[in-house]
Amino acid sequence: MLGIMTHDRYDDSYIRGILNTVKTIAMVGASAKDNRPSYFAFKYLAERGYNMIPINPGLGGKELLGRKIYGRLAEVPEPIDMVDIFRASKYALPVVQEALALTPRPRVIWMQLGVRNDEAAALAEANGMKVVMNRCPKIEYGRLSSEIGWIGVNSRTLSSKRAQIFGKGVQRMSLNRATLGGGVAARVVRDDENSG
Amino acid sequence: MSEDRTPGFNTLAIHAGAQPDPTTGARATPIYQTTSFVFDDVDHAASLFGLQAFGNIYTRIGNPTNAVLEERIAALEGGTAGLAVASGHAAQVLVMQALMMPGEEFVASKKLYGGSINQFNHAFKSFGWNVVWADPDDISTFERGISAKTKAIFIESIANPGGVITDIEAVAAIARKAGVPLIVDNTLATPYLCKPIEHGADIVVHSLTKFLGGHGNSIGGLIVDGGTFNWSREGRYPMLSDPRPEYNGIVLHETFGNFAFAIACRVLGLRDIGPALSPFNAFLILTGVETLPLRMQRHCDNAQTVATWLAAQKSVAWVSYPGLPTDRYHNLAKKYVPKGAGAVFTFGLKGGYEAGVKLVSNVKLFSHLANIGDTRSLIIHPASTTHRQLSDAQKVQAGAGPDVVRLSIGLEDPADIIHDLEQALEAA
Repeated sequence: MLGIMTHDRYDDSYIRGILNTVKTIAMVGASAKDNRPSYFAFKYLAERGYNMIPINPGLGGKELLGRKIYGRLAEVPEPIDMVDIFRASKYALPVVQEALALTPRPRVIWMQLGVRNDEAAALAEANGMKVVMNRCPKIEYGRLSSEIGWIGVNSRTLSSKRAQIFGKGVQRMSLNRATLGGGVAARVVRDDENSG
Repeated sequence: MSEDRTPGFNTLAIHAGAQPDPTTGARATPIYQTTSFVFDDVDHAASLFGLQAFGNIYTRIGNPTNAVLEERIAALEGGTAGLAVASGHAAQVLVMQALMMPGEEFVASKKLYGGSINQFNHAFKSFGWNVVWADPDDISTFERGISAKTKAIFIESIANPGGVITDIEAVAAIARKAGVPLIVDNTLATPYLCKPIEHGADIVVHSLTKFLGGHGNSIGGLIVDGGTFNWSREGRYPMLSDPRPEYNGIVLHETFGNFAFAIACRVLGLRDIGPALSPFNAFLILTGVETLPLRMQRHCDNAQTVATWLAAQKSVAWVSYPGLPTDRYHNLAKKYVPKGAGAVFTFGLKGGYEAGVKLVSNVKLFSHLANIGDTRSLIIHPASTTHRQLSDAQKVQAGAGPDVVRLSIGLEDPADIIHDLEQALEAA
């Protein structure tokens, strides 16, 4: 990446590079309630082959979709590639501090749609981590794989190349798709940002 | 840090939403003429029904051919998502059903397509969705029409049939102050001429039947979510901001963010009310959209030529085309539709109602029918046809008085279009 990350927008190649190289994702704030956005994202990413690890202090020791829930990042007994923060913006800084204390350190800090904390991002970047803020990895996967077009969403990508099937079932597509930028949305949401 | 280019309108009109078929490599978008789609397994089915995965279930809710059309138009309008439905009227029903509860109101321009005036005055009132009419020539009437029950404002960018251009930004400012979304019917302009979301619209609706399809062969409608409205701010839009019992208590805005409105129209409106678009129609409309920029420019150029010629004829009392420098909407046209003022306009015959009836009887190249936005030039006398159901006062209000003839200028040679009008006017 050239220049300074403003975190207002990200190139598709940056997002695809992250989602194509991380394997183990710890989701801080994963809910066990099956109508919550974090549950949706957790289940979807697990179905796309990511090793998903739920983190939720209130649910430590229980299970989410067959995976053990840990109370804190430090309790996870395996290396974490990416920490996905599904908490309000103000809690992002302590999560990054916890992530920095891990050995090995995660390579990516991802803050969910509606979550942005520039201080936490600066700390992570100063320690060599890649940062994404105010995005949902499920939506980004769906956008870059072209799956999201099935529900009429503007993927903001174009391609003259065949999309690649994920390899399990026919309605799952992989990220290995050559794309150009597509039609962008004309305006960002007015008033406050949308909730995540 | 941007390396990604944004492609131009012509490129998007051809490519947005479409890619070679992942299984066959088919380059044109296949017609997925099927009611249903197999599930990978029970868990996959559960994920789809629960809105936890993207995918196809049943063509009443979504279809891959239709989805290409949805993404295509959303990209052309600069929106976040689209939803294709059976007609422009169906699009309006689903939009309002997502916004309104019985007993609530919306403010609408009274200069609208006559079919929309009927829909709002009669069908919508039977649902308890009450229209309050405003005058686009006096923007303050929109503000005066707002009450505590108002949930939306509805206008057309170029109004059918009178060639009225609405000041979208002025109405958008009123909508924003009132905390309600602005819905713009962009059928006559198409995104080639005008992108309402850039001017403050939150939702765009289309009749695809007209210039987007462009060949007079398919009925269809489309909703574009601008992604611009905060549905949760005041909790006035429970379909989007409250837990939905239909879907296990999920909150659509929280779950789908800036494309939640399009999802609400799909998973609540289209699923339960049912006006699905045939994939075959979607295919025909998509083929039309690929040439939209070429066709629309030629439509406008031909219309400008014909309107200029008509304005100089002795039997013609007036021509209402915003592309004419003397037209009252010319300045608004220069702002909102600078590439051309569309191809649908009206003119008045000095001979009144009888002359109008004779003219539509005497044309030989123009087709006398109720549609607009075809490759072929079309003519109608609204007072005796499309607007016949309206009262005399409503006819005049809607720009469809007894002397009014509406033209939709096609893609024929302009000399041939003019020749046909000339011989028909002489015979009249």
